Amino acid sequence: MNDAGQNQPEFDIRENRLDEIRRKASELGAVQQPGIRAAGSPLPKASPQTGYYQQPLLKEPQWTPLVPLYFFVGGASGSLGVIGSLADLLGEDHDLARKARTMATAGAAISSVLLIADLGRPSRFLNMLRVFKLQSAMSVGSWVLSGFASSAAASTLADILDTQVDGSFISAFLRSVGRTGCTVLGMPFHNYTGVLIGATVIPAWNNRIRSLPREFGMSGLQSAVGLLEFAGETESGALNAIGLVAAAFETWEGLELLRARDPELSPAKHGLTGALIQTAGVLSGPLPLALRIASLFAGGRKRNLRQAAALSGIIGSLCLRYGWVAAGRVSARDWKTPLKISAHEQLELSAELIEKY
Amino acid sequence: MSGATDHTGIKPGEVTAFLTDSTLCIGCKACEVACKEWNGISADGFDFTGWSYDNTGALGHSTWRHVKFVEGQITPGVGGNSAQQVSWEFSSDVCKHCEVAGCLEACPTGSLVRTEFGSVYLQPDICNGCAYCVVACPFGVVQKNEDDGRAFKCTFCTDRQKAGLMPACAKACPTESIKFGRLDELRLEAEGRLATLQARGMSDAQIYDPTDSSVKGLHALFIIRGEPETYNLPPEPEVPTVYLKEGWKSAAIEAVVMISAVVTSFLFLGRKG
Repeated sequence: MNDAGQNQPEFDIRENRLDEIRRKASELGAVQQPGIRAAGSPLPKASPQTGYYQQPLLKEPQWTPLVPLYFFVGGASGSLGVIGSLADLLGEDHDLARKARTMATAGAAISSVLLIADLGRPSRFLNMLRVFKLQSAMSVGSWVLSGFASSAAASTLADILDTQVDGSFISAFLRSVGRTGCTVLGMPFHNYTGVLIGATVIPAWNNRIRSLPREFGMSGLQSAVGLLEFAGETESGALNAIGLVAAAFETWEGLELLRARDPELSPAKHGLTGALIQTAGVLSGPLPLALRIASLFAGGRKRNLRQAAALSGIIGSLCLRYGWVAAGRVSARDWKTPLKISAHEQLELSAELIEKY
Repeated sequence: MSGATDHTGIKPGEVTAFLTDSTLCIGCKACEVACKEWNGISADGFDFTGWSYDNTGALGHSTWRHVKFVEGQITPGVGGNSAQQVSWEFSSDVCKHCEVAGCLEACPTGSLVRTEFGSVYLQPDICNGCAYCVVACPFGVVQKNEDDGRAFKCTFCTDRQKAGLMPACAKACPTESIKFGRLDELRLEAEGRLATLQARGMSDAQIYDPTDSSVKGLHALFIIRGEPETYNLPPEPEVPTVYLKEGWKSAAIEAVVMISAVVTSFLFLGRKG
């Protein structure tokens, strides 16, 4: 020990102990007292306070990094579908609406590819449509994705037909089917992933079952606005208004998470996963909110401010999903929550252990 | 019943169950070996956990029986343990085949089904490896095999049961710690066994079968000593689908906010230029 010289009494105790062990061993042929404590001791026990050697009960989520990316693309795509269906119906902005529809279709296609690529047996992706189960958010989601993708494709097909033929009956039919489908299914498609991960046994996700659909939905809407702005729609006042609503909601949701004190939320508040979620909260809440408000008053730099808000919202939405999925993996290692072992019991136990040793 | 009889006399349509009695388990792991051999599951490797003599660790895609080694605190022994030694109990863990099963509810392909014996069976020819069952099981049982791509768990030896045979683990158990039979009969047997144990002074013995939780009871009952937490058995397991209503309600409210924002924005600010 490097501090042996400075701490003579302790050094003596330890040396004397070695002498004692030697004497005992030669006298009795065995040493009965516990000798040196193993590193990391006291080792975890199986007990009502420590569970089964503090081993996690639950299994970690086994999704690949494609899944949070799907959550992002799906959230944006669903919102783009709604915007694309309603923008020209209500506001005569045909250019913006067509861009939104095209992007929604591309998003739905990318979503499908991402989901299929994540499967352990991608060739069996059609098995998702073998059954329809209301009690399975994954089943509902698969059907919503299929329906939304078909509707978005119908809309885009109508757009293409319109450029070729004037006032065709087929394009009118496709447009109305696409518009209805994209509006009705775009709503669950843009936020169902919050329900999907909330209705699981993973403590941190389950704890936020109410807020995850709102958070995922609003940040999806915000990234849809952002993507349209990057596609050149920085002049639309309507888009900025939608972005303002979404950013305001995300700010409120971020504050809600800050206020929450449940121990199972620790992975969403601390460590790397916590940092990611907190960063996401700033990037999708107060920052774009401030930038969008500023853009209302800035004359010349309006476009730059809105593009900054768009970028912030998009990155925030990505971080939010990667953060929550990663937090779920950390949360699955929480051995206390599934066994209903509280921090209070833990304190009692550590007091007991301190007394013992 | 010395020398397990080959035919159970149980017909499809009758609900079967396991009763795993930790007070009879000697920790021999014959159930683990028998399960792996009968079902042809791959080995788990020679892993050393370091936290106890339990080197199997947990149930998983290649572990459908797992003998837990519960080293208790140093307490004056009941049933042969001397005061100087730690009490040592073993308990063979298995898929609980819940009455309301999280994995079965979550499965989007219909790969997970309820069998004619009331157990939960994963059809490997249907599973596409979406891994949603993994996060839906309140007992951490089902797991995706990353190499194979599909999820796996205890089949309750449905193949053997159909042939009138008891599951491999129950047949191999040398102390009849793992009992197999009709669920209603085993529930009664468990009560009787509990009374016997308590009469012998094991006042901490109890049956683990959370019938009042949202899983509505198990098809794999356990007799344990002490609290279920010690065995990594959740005191209040929950089927996560009970939270769906709350989640969809929240999603619906958010969708209304989104639609309102989009509609009002484009109605009033939607004119080009």
